[in-house]
Amino acid sequence: MALEIIESCTNCCACEPLCPSKAIFEAKPHFLIDANKCTECAGDFETPQCAAICPIEGAILSEDGVALNPPGSLTGIPLAA
Amino acid sequence: MGTLFAPSQPDLSGGQIVQLPVINNAVSEAPKGGCSSGSCGSTDDQMGHLPDHIRDKVKNHPCYSEEAHHYFARMHVAVAPACNIQCNYCNRKYDCSNESRPGVVSEVLKPEQAVKKVLAVAATIPQMTVLGIAGPGDALANPARTFETFRKLSEQAPDIKLCVSTNGLALPENVEEMSSYNIDHVTITINCVDPDVGAQIYPWIFWNNKRIKGRAAAEILIAQQQKGLEMLVAKGILVKVNSVLIPGVNDKHLEEVSKIVKAKGAFLHNVMPLISEAEHGTYYGLTGQRGPTNEELQALQDACAGDMNMMRHCRQCRADAVGLLGEDRGAEFTIDKIEAMDIDYAEAMKMRAEVHAAINEEMESKRLAKESKAQLVSISGIKQKQESRPVLMAVATKGGGVINEHFGHASEFLIYEASGAGVRFIGHRRTIPYCEGGDTCGDGESALDVTIRELAGCEAVLCSKVGYEPWGPLEAAGIQPNGEHAMEAIEDAVMAVYEEMRAAGKLEAKVVEQQKVA
Repeated sequence: MALEIIESCTNCCACEPLCPSKAIFEAKPHFLIDANKCTECAGDFETPQCAAICPIEGAILSEDGVALNPPGSLTGIPLAA
Repeated sequence: MGTLFAPSQPDLSGGQIVQLPVINNAVSEAPKGGCSSGSCGSTDDQMGHLPDHIRDKVKNHPCYSEEAHHYFARMHVAVAPACNIQCNYCNRKYDCSNESRPGVVSEVLKPEQAVKKVLAVAATIPQMTVLGIAGPGDALANPARTFETFRKLSEQAPDIKLCVSTNGLALPENVEEMSSYNIDHVTITINCVDPDVGAQIYPWIFWNNKRIKGRAAAEILIAQQQKGLEMLVAKGILVKVNSVLIPGVNDKHLEEVSKIVKAKGAFLHNVMPLISEAEHGTYYGLTGQRGPTNEELQALQDACAGDMNMMRHCRQCRADAVGLLGEDRGAEFTIDKIEAMDIDYAEAMKMRAEVHAAINEEMESKRLAKESKAQLVSISGIKQKQESRPVLMAVATKGGGVINEHFGHASEFLIYEASGAGVRFIGHRRTIPYCEGGDTCGDGESALDVTIRELAGCEAVLCSKVGYEPWGPLEAAGIQPNGEHAMEAIEDAVMAVYEEMRAAGKLEAKVVEQQKVA
């Protein structure tokens, strides 16, 4: 059970201090989540904190590859056709 | 190697020239009670009725004092990339070193890098008096990085003023710590006090470990902003309020915002135009939300001015801007370059103190000259307050409060309004320099079109020199080029041109030749 940060991450670092498991770390070219440490915030918070603050749609995926913030969910910007 | 030499230090030798209007605001109005006071030469000496302790705090702050921004420089360090809200005019995905707007940076710095950069800039540009943290996210959504930077700077560079710019969401919990670092200037961006308006500006906030959307989000944000404002004022910290003017969203609402923040003790209100180019990738940019015209911005600033000190010289700078407002010397201070600099800050501080003293002396002598001139006018009883229509003029300047820039080199023009009541500063208009780099003006033609469009509404453009080629098109567009007042104080020159227009009978009716817009 672990989340994943993918290449659309802009390195804004907002998620890093919020992680209750200290699973998020700075890396090149973008922040990463240590799959061994990530608990998806189970037991600590209602929702995974990284996904709750991440401003980039699609940058954080669940273990089965689904975007926690799917396109259109955060900015309301119309999706490209 | 670093240098203690300041290449673009303003000319401090200035002659007896009149002081510029300070933190501009008051709409020009009929002179009160027949102009018996000694200060009727200008419509807007707003420093005059500020308490001394506030005047002292802002007199060398380029972002707070219109007068100071001709002399003193500022810098931002981009140590705060994280944000706790989303605004519809921001998209953090995009960065470009050619863009100049809030939220945009080229390199995010670690606090120790930021401190090094500040010392390097302070030693190279001694007129830099102010260090701000303004993102590129929100300064207070990154409290550890922001406060580490401030703590180190307050120890190592006590002669630099520290400022914070914030959306206000995390403000109340940070006021106490901020005051411990001698942060005495805070800017809060307040775009609304009505959650229904806010819901159209902020799609979400991060609050108490949850993402909250819509009206509920706006309600929390507004409450935090207002609480933070009150707490700062109670601590004696100077607060400026920024508002982004978004036509059709908060344009009608901002007058109310202005009244409320003034009542709560904000000292200055800065209404800025929405920037919403589609290529910036923001919600507003991609959904066709337009920004205000220059006229709409000015009208709103004037409407709010009855209640509040208004700021009109803001350049909406990048979160890593360096230099005088309107210039950006950030490229001279990249991480690579500052790593190679060896700064002796104790030495630099002595040199900085001398430069600041010289600038203060110059500003003071201008103030005295202005006062004595105003007295002369009132003693001799010259009747010069004739009723006549106001005229907008554009001015090309490199700083120092004088007309000292070539038309073709100006990347921005300052706009002044002359009227029977005096001269007041209105704002600035950005453009592409007509002569980008010397003799060969490759696409100078289209740059001129941009300038003519940007200067719409102005009837003259005052510069130190203006070439033959742009002369005709400017004149045809109803903008009279004028290179006769080079090195003169801006206010004096604008008034002189206005009086020439009066003598030529041009003030009786509005010249209606201005529709030629490229």
